[in-house]
Amino acid sequence: MVDKNLYQADRETAWCPGCGNFPLRTALADALADLDLKPEEVTMYTGIGQAAKMPHYIKVNGFNGLHGRSFPPAIGMRVANPEMTVIVESGDGCSYGEGGNHILHNMRRNPDIIHLVHDNQIYGLTKGQASPTSVEELRTPVQTHGVNAEPLNPVRFAVGMKASFVARSTVGDREHLKEMIREAKKHKGYALIDIFQPCVSFNKINTYQWYNKRVYKLEDHDPTDHAAAMKVAQEFGDEIPIGIIYREEKPTFRDRIPYLKDKALVERDVQVDDLKYLIDEFK
Amino acid sequence: MDFNIVIAGEAGQGLKTVEAMLTKTFSRHGYYLFSTKDYMSRVRGGHNFMQIRISDQKLEGPDEGIDLLLALNEESVEIHSPQMNEDGTILSEVESDKDEMVYLDAKGIAKEVNPRAVNTVFVGAAFKIMGLPTDQAEEAVKEHFAKKEEVVDDNLDLLKKGYDAVNELYNLKDLGKNEENIVIDGNSAVGLGALLAGLSYYTAYPMSPSTGILHYVAGKQEELGIVVEQSEDEIASINMALGGSYAGMRSMTGTSGGGLALMAEGIGLAGITELPIVVADVQRPGPATGLPTRTGQGDLLFAVNIAQDEFPLMVLAPKDQEDAVYQTFRAFNLADKYQIPVIILSDQFLGDGSKTIKEIDTSEMKIERHLVDPAEVEGEYKRYKFTEDGISPRAYPGQLKDNIVLIDSDEHDEFAHIVEDAETRNKMVEKRNKKMEKLKNEDLLEPEYTGPEAPDYILVGWGSTAGPIREAKDILSDDYKVGQLAFNDVWPLPTKTIKEIAEKDAKLVFVENNAGAQFDRLVRSETGIKADYNILKDDGRPFSGQEIYRRFKEEVSE
Repeated sequence: MVDKNLYQADRETAWCPGCGNFPLRTALADALADLDLKPEEVTMYTGIGQAAKMPHYIKVNGFNGLHGRSFPPAIGMRVANPEMTVIVESGDGCSYGEGGNHILHNMRRNPDIIHLVHDNQIYGLTKGQASPTSVEELRTPVQTHGVNAEPLNPVRFAVGMKASFVARSTVGDREHLKEMIREAKKHKGYALIDIFQPCVSFNKINTYQWYNKRVYKLEDHDPTDHAAAMKVAQEFGDEIPIGIIYREEKPTFRDRIPYLKDKALVERDVQVDDLKYLIDEFK
Repeated sequence: MDFNIVIAGEAGQGLKTVEAMLTKTFSRHGYYLFSTKDYMSRVRGGHNFMQIRISDQKLEGPDEGIDLLLALNEESVEIHSPQMNEDGTILSEVESDKDEMVYLDAKGIAKEVNPRAVNTVFVGAAFKIMGLPTDQAEEAVKEHFAKKEEVVDDNLDLLKKGYDAVNELYNLKDLGKNEENIVIDGNSAVGLGALLAGLSYYTAYPMSPSTGILHYVAGKQEELGIVVEQSEDEIASINMALGGSYAGMRSMTGTSGGGLALMAEGIGLAGITELPIVVADVQRPGPATGLPTRTGQGDLLFAVNIAQDEFPLMVLAPKDQEDAVYQTFRAFNLADKYQIPVIILSDQFLGDGSKTIKEIDTSEMKIERHLVDPAEVEGEYKRYKFTEDGISPRAYPGQLKDNIVLIDSDEHDEFAHIVEDAETRNKMVEKRNKKMEKLKNEDLLEPEYTGPEAPDYILVGWGSTAGPIREAKDILSDDYKVGQLAFNDVWPLPTKTIKEIAEKDAKLVFVENNAGAQFDRLVRSETGIKADYNILKDDGRPFSGQEIYRRFKEEVSE
């Protein structure tokens, strides 16, 4: 097992005291160490927001890019290097709002990527506006009379899309979260973990207590049964299931490019002379 | 000799097939070609035409007058009749007693063999009219339909029947194939330059008139073992390509103006994260959707000012199809050397147009990746290490043992960690600006001047207008002392040559395919030098040499 101190998951942060990002970071470092991955064997793609600062607070390769745009660059790594563990990590606004189009199409591509969404049902960095997962009764400086849209249930969306691995967890149960991350890593293909993670500064509705009261661990659920998964995915109220909700083995993005095989395209050695025949084709 | 053929009809009539077969055949008979496409943004109907100009000497642009019109519908006869040269011929299915009209019952002939191959009857008849044999055309038919073998015989039959249906009117000769020439369109030329440079990952969303690049490189992906991914939108295109670059691959995206607008933030991301990237913008008139299938040079100032705030960026504009191969290759090396975005400004005229050029000389083409030597990295790797010239050693994730590679879109320190202090911000801005200074000093291409020592007029242009301007200059040289200044690199603007030229007692005539004289404005803001005259055109159509000549006579000469 890799020494988890290598991840330096105790770096100083810009997060608020008591933020749900802290236990999430610890769980991630623990899980990566359990999985025997060295920091240079992991690349994390993040957007913008408090959650998206993660590559600065844990030591792995990092592409801290644009808001909502973490999937497109992550695909580049999937093409270049089949060995690298690729994590896309960001908040609910970055993943489901600004990044909505990309998440949809990356579920279709099914690249081997672990997607960790810090879902606190609010915008933190911009100081407390509604996010795509905010409950309708939330009042904010913008949503003065409540939210003008229904909340997105990301798990239902993902199961509906037949994303190849869909799980929900909570920072309130660190062992569970670690297990979900390990399972996501084992899965070949796109793996979403929607993670409840309270925003102690701005979300006074969805608190630790709110989540702890509602979540229950799935038992006797067959995640390979899509109809059963759809049923479980509908549950979001007084009772909210956590665990692996849907799992399907299917071709990954790289599997669909058969000529790539196990080749790391970054190692492609190109000699101009070998390509001169391309010029002759225009004769 | 100089012979201009126009193939006209509506979308869906197979004009492209006719053009492809004629192009190949003329080339194999040893002719130099210059072809352009004028088509509407629709799949069926409308009025489309393609022009193929052939000569026994190198051609630089399109012609205006028509020698042979292949009118695949009646409307085309009406539209193009005014352009016919004296002694010109119109081949059509319209019965007429006018001298210039040659009747061909193409549908009737095709009906008996294969009613879908009416266009091949036109091809056969065209060769007879021009006085050329059909042997090379037969080869072209076989190659064109190689993947649809069942129709090869029908098309060969119809080629022959078309040939027999008309009389010889011209006496074009077989010049003997020139083995040192190739015929290539500008989009393929950009794709070819990229592939020669080691492109491993191309990501794009289809958009006219840039789709030709996407199709060309996608057609090569399996044999080269590279990846071409059609993205969900242009924001994804640029971010995907940047991900490829971060991962260590030579990566590129291509689009037209609207897509470039969506890529703006991503190109800024390349600027601050110092990721090398090549972006092709095949311009069409805008704004917004504009004229999707037509040409223009209206994106210049937008490209130069592509994203918020300032960062090192290069914009270059190929002069023709040949130059497009070399410039694209160069763009990859410069992007890697300076770790910057490089935008290639092509346009529909260049991208869709084909030209006979000299075979590409690869002897000077060296792929220079400028990646760090892992042995030289000591201790913790600093992606944004401060150096004398501002260029930090670049590594990709997984390249260095026991070291990670972090990049950030926020302002950052040498390790790429987020900072907000003024001191580090200033040092990082200075570091990035140093790269721009080095680029200006070491790698800019000065514009090429051709013409007399002491000209009275200098025609100034950038990018794809170089050919038509050269033709205009040659015609004007009979009456005036006129030179040409043709720019490749437009940002950063090379200023040495134009400053020297401004010392001469010559009037500067800026010729641009836009309405706002954008290059004139750029030159003025960088050097204080301004145009004496502007010849501008923004109707979506390319300049011809004759048009520039006429407008010079009307608007410039005193």
